[in-house]
Parts: sequence; structure tokens; C-alpha cells
Amino acid sequence: MAKPTKQQTEPQHNPSINLKGTLIAVMLLGVFILATWFGCYYLFLSR
Amino acid sequence: MMNPLKIAKKDARLYMSFMYVTFAALLVGGLMGLLQTLARSGKFTLPFGINYYTILTVHGVILGLVLTTFFIIGFQFALMGKTVGISDKQRKTGWWSFWLMLAGTVMAAITILVGQANVLYTFYAPLRAHPAFYIGLALVIVGSWVAVFTNFHQLYVWKKANKGQKSPLLAFMVVINMAMWFIASLGVAASVLIQFIPWSLGYAETINVLLSRTLFWYFGHPLVYFWLLPAYMAWYAIIPKIIGGKLFSDSLARMSFILLLMFSIPVGFHHQLTEPGIDPTWKFIQVVLTFMVVIPTLMTAFSIFATFETTGRRKGHKGLFGWFKHLPWKDVRFLAPFIGMVAFIPGGAGGIVNASHQMNSLIHNTIWVTGHFHLTVATTVILTYFGIAYWLVPHLTGRRLTPRLNKLGIIQAIIWTVGMTIMSTAMHIQGLLGGPRRSNFSNYAGGEQVQTWIGYQAAQAIGGTILFIGIVLMVYIFIQLAFFAPKGVEEFPIAEEEVDAEPTPKVLENWYLWIGITIALILFAYTIPVFDILKHSPPGSVPFDWPIGRQ
Amino acid sequence: MHLHKFEKIWLVFGMGSLALFLVIIGFAAFWKGTHPQSHIEIIDPENVEAHESFKPENLGLREVAEGKYIVNIVASAFNYDFGTDTDGKPVKKIRVPKGSTVLFQITTKDVVHGFQVAGTNVNMMVEPGHVSRLETEMKNVGEFTVVCNEYCGIGHHQMFATVEVYE
Ligand code: HEM
Ligand SMILES: [Cu+2]
Ligand SMILES: [Cu+2]
Repeated sequence: MAKPTKQQTEPQHNPSINLKGTLIAVMLLGVFILATWFGCYYLFLSR
Repeated sequence: MMNPLKIAKKDARLYMSFMYVTFAALLVGGLMGLLQTLARSGKFTLPFGINYYTILTVHGVILGLVLTTFFIIGFQFALMGKTVGISDKQRKTGWWSFWLMLAGTVMAAITILVGQANVLYTFYAPLRAHPAFYIGLALVIVGSWVAVFTNFHQLYVWKKANKGQKSPLLAFMVVINMAMWFIASLGVAASVLIQFIPWSLGYAETINVLLSRTLFWYFGHPLVYFWLLPAYMAWYAIIPKIIGGKLFSDSLARMSFILLLMFSIPVGFHHQLTEPGIDPTWKFIQVVLTFMVVIPTLMTAFSIFATFETTGRRKGHKGLFGWFKHLPWKDVRFLAPFIGMVAFIPGGAGGIVNASHQMNSLIHNTIWVTGHFHLTVATTVILTYFGIAYWLVPHLTGRRLTPRLNKLGIIQAIIWTVGMTIMSTAMHIQGLLGGPRRSNFSNYAGGEQVQTWIGYQAAQAIGGTILFIGIVLMVYIFIQLAFFAPKGVEEFPIAEEEVDAEPTPKVLENWYLWIGITIALILFAYTIPVFDILKHSPPGSVPFDWPIGRQ
Repeated sequence: MHLHKFEKIWLVFGMGSLALFLVIIGFAAFWKGTHPQSHIEIIDPENVEAHESFKPENLGLREVAEGKYIVNIVASAFNYDFGTDTDGKPVKKIRVPKGSTVLFQITTKDVVHGFQVAGTNVNMMVEPGHVSRLETEMKNVGEFTVVCNEYCGIGHHQMFATVEVYE
């Protein structure tokens, strides 16, 4: 998909954005989902 | 990038008509919600001998079906008008859709209010409402179809005039949502027209209950995505502008909408997991497909945070979370949708639990489910709609969101957050303890378990009261924005792409491909199980009027 | 279309979690047989007595083997028919010992009902024309309220019974 232009834009585009905060935020979200799910699964098994 | 168009007065009138109905519905439906929580606390009885299930039907129909559909169609018309334009003829069909939907709404509402349709908004057979209820609902759907085809035509005309250009992102998103809505509502329309109306009129003696439920839920899950997608439109393409940033990625936004289109429909069985007549293997297959529809939401979450972070960093905010601290917290056009996004974290996590096949029996039809969708639709979706209304309404009426109204909006959002946190948390816990949904106050057989439930119901009444205050405030703000706020110009915020953005792949606009895959997935997920349902049909069910209090 | 490196990490993590959930519930369902109830057995809703399990004399609790029970129930608005006791009074409460295996079988004569033994995993839709069936081990001691959790009409909230699990 759109190979040639990709090469032109990537060098200026990609490194310029620092998304560390985003990564941490979404990972926290992921951990919350895992905790919720396993919590409920535990309750389900205990009944 | 195309320059957005100007919205003419006569177009604004159409879009505003949908908004009037939306906020009238909010007030009426909200009052019912308050009464429900009060009745369920056990401390109040409903006045004038009103039946609990009458108001619950009003609440579900008016908020779940009417408010949402009117807001969405009005908002989407505004988006189309702004990005691709509307012709005189299209405006006329727009009015047709409005009047058809309004006529249907009034018809259904009257039938419910006179006690002839205490069947709740899901109208499960073989409970039978008065035929006018089903006919009213059918009119609402047909009216919405007129809007569907008007929107399709708007994009088509634009495409012809702008050969080779990619469609504006928001117009693309509207067309995705309408395509999904049309394909999905065919199911419920078939059920209402072929099964319910003849049966309620007495032309057909019996009804196939399981088939009617399957057709309903074929529609019911995409229905909730039909509510959600306009919120996603705002998150992807409007909020970035409000916070002073740019689109994160045009292609990713389109990709996630395409995935939502494909995977929102072939998943209705996740609402039927505990039903006796469906093969469990097919239930599981639809569970897997349901999990697929989580993926575009994971993409959306990343994209939102990334927009915030990129914008903040570009403005020079340093540190890991400096960008977060400097978001425009005092701008209600941002704050209300932001709270909506936060509510989607527990909402979404709960949704994954609900869809988890056998684990569904932990929460099925408990008040947990009500807690779940008051987070998703009644917080995530509705607060984003409010966030849109704060600029859309004054933009259409030629007024301004004054600092005072902005402040009231912020108070509104906080009230909503407090009220919903209390009500929804209490519902989630009570549900895990087995408390049923859709139930008036009851001591059942007494005992400790029931006492615990009643305690949580009292908490829900407190949350519900706070929420109702929020509704009154919101309606006040709406009236101000529509009729009294000072004249002026309010921006219609649409985010732009980065100057050096990657071009969007052409394949993303290949409608034949995406709709083709969508239909293929539906056929895969439903053909064999529906065939089984028909093959193993029990004797049909005759209608029942008396258990719902109809004479 | 390119993805940021962190987005790839996030999607792999997120999709991995979803896959993990599916593997767990899929394994439990297909290998351990904990599917949600789905028996695809049909019945004439206007003549449920024709079915062996729902003959009036077969309703209610019955011990079929050491620690193994069957409970047959007919739902109708707004009542669960658990049969009658020796005095001819309708049964509203059943008692089973902890650790016993109980098979609940239920059908409806009229509209759709729910059947949930609140606080356990027994939670089924009951639909006219179908037999709902779920076997479970009663792991915990206590009094559990049976509630109808699918709206069935104006008396919906008055439709209940009790299951007591004793030591
Ligand atoms: C004042 C705010 C609100 C309050 C106090 C409230 C309260 C409630 C309560 C207590 C129930 C469950 C009753 C039962 O299961 O017996 C309920 C159901 C429901 N609510 Fe709300 N709600 C509010 C706002 C909303 C909003 C804004 C929406 C949608 C946009 C909404 C949509 C629904 C729907 C669809 C149902 C399901 C009805 C049914 O099960 O038939 N609610 N609400
Ligand atoms: Cu769903
Ligand atoms: Cu019921």
C-alpha cells in the first residue's frame, strides 16, 4: 500500500513524535482489562 | 484537503429539528429513569397507579431508540452538509426522514403511555403490544432509511464532482455508520413487518419466538455500535481540532471504521448466550467475532492518546505526562467527551466479560448489564453527544457558547460523572450478587441476599437523583444555546491532516470490497444457525396480552 | 499505511490478551463441557405435560443417585411450579446438600422467562417451545434466591423461589 510515498515521509514523520506517554497509558488500560477479566473469571469459577 | 462548506440557514433548520427532539427525549426519558430508581429503592410508590413497566418501556424506547437515533441522524446530516454539501432535493428528503421518524415516535409513545405496550424496548414475543406500537417503530426505521439513502447520495454526488479525490474523512465515517445501520436494521424490520405486525393484528396465529429474538439481536448489537460510531467520529476528527492538534492518521481512522463495519453485525448471539435453542459452537464462533470488534477500539484508544501526546509535545510540554496536564480541561467541548472516553475503559472491560461465552451466565440479565450500558451509552456516548451539542447547536443557531454556558457545561459533566459513578457502580456490584435487571422493587422471599440488593438499590436512587439534576441542567443549557445565547459565530471544529501526512491508500474507499466482506461474514455467522432454528422450530407461540397488563 | 512502533506493541499486547481469554473459555467450553446451556430440545408450549419431565407428578426435586439430583420446573406468569409437598401445598423452596450435583430442567407454558439461582452460575433463558437445562455442582452453602430475570409481565418481580444448600 502506497509504498513509494511511505519512504519519503517516514524519516521526517516517525522519529519526530515521542509517544512514550501514550504507550504507558494504553498499557495501563490493558492491565485494567486483564484484571477485570480474571477477577470475573475467578468469581465464575468459585460459584 | 477540502475546505469545509458553510451551513445555510435552511439547512440548519433541518439539523436543529433533530436536536429539539433529542433534548425533549432526554428530559422525558430522564424523568422516567429517576422514577425507576426511586421506585426500586422501595421507599416510593409511583403516583397515579402508574405501572413500573410502563415507565421502563418509555425510558428504554425514548432514550435507547429515539434520543440516540434523532441525535445521530441530525449530527450526521450536519457533518455531511459541512463536508460534502446538501442539495435542495436532498434537504427535502432529509425532512421526509425527520417527519416519518417523528410520526413513528409519537405513535409508539402514545401506545406505550396508554398502557397498551408494556413490552419494554426489546418487545420480546410472545408478549403482545398493540399493533400501533410496532407500526410506530417500523416508521422510525423507515424514516431512518430515508436518511441513509440521502447521505449515500450526498457522498455520491460529491464524488462525481471531485473525481479521484478521497472523500472527506467525516463523510466517509457517516457513510460507514449508515451502511452498518441499514444492513442491521433489515433484520429487525423483517421481524416487525413479517412476524410482529401480522401476528399482533391477528392475521397470523402464532410467532416463532426464537427466530424473532435472533432477528432482533442481529440488529441489537450493531445498534449499540450505531450509537458509538458518531462518538468515535468526534474523537477521531473533531476533538483533535478542539485541543489544537491535527488528525493522528487518516488511514488508521478509516481502517478502524471499516473493521467496525465488518465485525459489528455477525455477533448478535453474544446477547443470546444463555438461550436454549442455539448450537453452542455457533455461539462460540460469534463470541470470537465479537472479540474481533474489540480490535478497532484498541486502535482508537491508542490513536486518542497519541493525538493528545503529539499535540502537547508540539506545544512544548515536556516530561512523560506534561501533555496530559495541559489538555484544555476548562473547555467543555473537550471535557465532556473526555469523561466519556474514560467511562469507556470500565465499560469496554465489562463488555469483554459479558461476551465471554459461558462466563455470560455470571451477569446475564442481572442489573450489572444495566450498569454496563449506562457507562457505555449513557456516559461515553451521551457525554460525547453533549460535547458535540455545545458547539453544534450554537453553530447552527448563529449563537455563541458563552463562558458562562461553558462553565455550566463543566458543572453538568461533573454532576453526570458523580451520579453515574454511584449508580453504575452500585448496579455492577448488585449484579454480581445476582440482583436482576428490569425489575420493580421486590422483597422476593426475603433473606440476607435480598437485603443486600435493596441496599444497592438505595444507592442507585441517590445516583439517579444526581443524574436527573444533570439532565435538567443540560436541557437548560440546550435551550440557552438554541434560543437565548448571544448572537455570534461558533466554530464547527474539523481536524486537519498533518501537512506531511502519508497519503491514504485508495483501497480504503473500495466500498464493494468492504460491504462484500461484511455480507460474507454475516452469511457465515448466521446461515447455518438460522437454518437450524427453522428446522428445529417448536410449535409457534400465540400472543399474550394479559401478563403485560393489556385488556 | 504504517503503524507507529508503540502501536504495534500495543496491538500485539491487546490482541494477545483477547486471544488468551478465548483460549481459556474455549478450552473450558469444548474440553470441559462448560458451554452455556444449549440443548436444542423442543416441546409443545401448550402441552408441556406431555413431556416426561414436566408431568405434574414429576415436578420438583428428586434424588436420582447418591448426591445427584434433578429439579423439574414449569414456569408461567408469574410462578415457578416446583410441584406440591405432601400437604398438597406448592413448593417454594428446595434443599440440597453442599457438593451435590443438581440438574435443573425448566420450560415455560406462556411467555419468555428467566431462571437464575442468584449467586450461582445457574442462569438460563426459558423460552416457549424449548427445554432449558443446566447441571451444576452446588459448591457453596447458603440460601440462594431464584429470580425470574427476564421481563415476563407486570408481576415479573414477584416470580421467585429459594434454593437452600446445607452442610
Ligand atoms: C437520569 C438518568 C438515568 C437514570 C436515573 C437511569 C436509570 C435507569 C434504570 C434504574 C434502569 C433499569 C431499570 C430496570 O432494569 O428495572 C434503566 C434502564 C435503561 N436505561 Fe437508563 N437511566 C438514565 C439515563 C439513561 C440514558 C441517558 C440512556 C440512554 C441514552 C438510558 C438508557 C437505558 C436503557 C436502554 C435501559 C434499558 C431498559 C430496559 O431494560 O428495558 N438511560 N435506566
Ligand atoms: Cu452486543
Ligand atoms: Cu419474569
